[in-house]
Amino acid sequence: MAAPRSFLWSRRIFLTLLTGFVLLPVYVMLSSSLKPLQDVSGEFRWVPSGLTIRPYIDIWSTVPLAKYFVNSLIVAGAATVCSVVIAIFAAYGVSRYRFRGKRLFTVTVLSTQMFPGILFLLPLFLIYVNIGNATGLALFGSRIGLILTYLTFSLPFSIWMLIGYFESVPRDLDEAAMVDGCGPLGALFRVVVPAAVPGIVAVAVYAFMTAWGEVLFASVMTNDTTRTLAVGLQGYATQNDVYWNQVMAASLVVSVPVVAGFLLLQRYLVAGLTAGAVK
Amino acid sequence: MTVTAQPAVGEEALPGATGPTPRRRTGRVRRIALPYLLLLPALLLELLVHLVPMVIGIVMSFKELTQFYIRDWGAAPWAGFDNYSLSVDFDAPVGEALLHSFFVTCAFTVLSVGLCWLLGTTAAVYMQETFRGRGFLRAIFLIPYALPVYAAVITWAFMFQRDNGLVNHVLHDQLGLTDSPSFWLIGDNSFVALLVVSVWKGWPFAFLIVMAGLQNIPKELYEAAAIDGAGMVQQIRRITLPSLRPVNQVLVLVLFLWTFNDFNTPYVLFGKAAPEAADLISIHIYQSSFVTWNFGTGSAMSVLLLLFLLVVTGVYLALTSRGRRAADV
Repeated sequence: MAAPRSFLWSRRIFLTLLTGFVLLPVYVMLSSSLKPLQDVSGEFRWVPSGLTIRPYIDIWSTVPLAKYFVNSLIVAGAATVCSVVIAIFAAYGVSRYRFRGKRLFTVTVLSTQMFPGILFLLPLFLIYVNIGNATGLALFGSRIGLILTYLTFSLPFSIWMLIGYFESVPRDLDEAAMVDGCGPLGALFRVVVPAAVPGIVAVAVYAFMTAWGEVLFASVMTNDTTRTLAVGLQGYATQNDVYWNQVMAASLVVSVPVVAGFLLLQRYLVAGLTAGAVK
Repeated sequence: MTVTAQPAVGEEALPGATGPTPRRRTGRVRRIALPYLLLLPALLLELLVHLVPMVIGIVMSFKELTQFYIRDWGAAPWAGFDNYSLSVDFDAPVGEALLHSFFVTCAFTVLSVGLCWLLGTTAAVYMQETFRGRGFLRAIFLIPYALPVYAAVITWAFMFQRDNGLVNHVLHDQLGLTDSPSFWLIGDNSFVALLVVSVWKGWPFAFLIVMAGLQNIPKELYEAAAIDGAGMVQQIRRITLPSLRPVNQVLVLVLFLWTFNDFNTPYVLFGKAAPEAADLISIHIYQSSFVTWNFGTGSAMSVLLLLFLLVVTGVYLALTSRGRRAADV
């Protein structure tokens, strides 16, 4: 279809404005992270008066950023792996079998998505403390508790997306594999999973981002040694002097891994959404 | 669970498999049990982390749960419906503040979801056709979605600073629109600030979903319409938007639930106590529970919030045919 000239112009204007809106904070983050302190304390300047990499050196000593970084990597990484594996099993069960309670299961899991986090924050905290007292398993304040919590946040959406994705893999393929002597799980891992890689990558990206960005539970359920970036970053901003250049440098540093990963894998995410959520 | 440990189950479970009766029977039992085994981990975790706490939360809402009973919450005295009557007594301070927070959240959610949908759909429709730089632009548009909430919102908080922020620099110093630098993170302006951040962060998700939905519309539809003489605007109205209906129905529901329950954005932007004009319900409940240490009242408010969301979602799903299909999966 030949687009009229007016369409091209309105498109150009709209997309330019939108790009500006999207990139404005990114520019502020990047430019402020390279400014000397007197620059970020006074009136805002579009162009820095001088460039310095000092903030990028100081962020590691102002707060123990490296420790928070490692904590976040462990928690988000483990939550992602567990969430993806569990979602694969569940989605396979739902997409390939008929059984009693199937509808109840999907409705139950999906409806947990609508619970306000605040509703189960305190009860969950109490449950973790009770389990800890009864079994000696330290769920509260440990990484395990946070991993358990985060993986259930991404699980419903992951299952939902993978059901759609698995259903787009022809059933004949895994049935043929089973005739050839694979078990159901052999068929799952040799046929269905390889065919659904884009969907699985999409789900993994989503799970990692969910865990990397969560604030509420991280601030209640961590202690000094298990604190994640979501809480640790507030360390720069609550002091008497706010080192805005360091805050911006730290924000940039914690964003780079997840944004880079996301942009590299976004093709898969779009493909995954097409086959899964949208179907 | 490993792959190699399992094939025996499948072999026995094959419909054509022959063998001694007892073996075949265990095979059938395993075959029936298999889907449940596959779902078990997911179900257990959702039960432990969501459903059981929710039930406990409901029990707690009927208790007089203050900081004195937090170590042994079972021992807290029963309060009956006291927490609820306190929450919905709109003439008294607690109920009045809750009602105010509820209306603020509703207004905020409607505006945020509406704007996110509008921006996302417009951008996706404009980018339906390929043009030079389209892939690059798409990557840029997804940055707000990919950035961790706290990093992005802290940057916005910096931009909204009264004395050294970009927003006042542009509006006051450069454009001269205001007489004096405005406060953005306290007072009435805080609603606007929160809305801007929420839309900035939320619209790429709408963009992503609508873009995925657009890929499913067959090109032939547009070609046929063009032959019939339909213009650009007519094609969008007659083909694009109707084809997006099922996608939009899910998208709007998801955006609604996320925005209504959003805690991270106001918490990072304003801290533990949000300004009155931007007092979203999740922050309000957090404050009622953790700052004033009245967990019983906080739980009652949470349950009321959940009931509201259930009713809205139920009505919404009943009104849209997609809901019935989604529930069947």
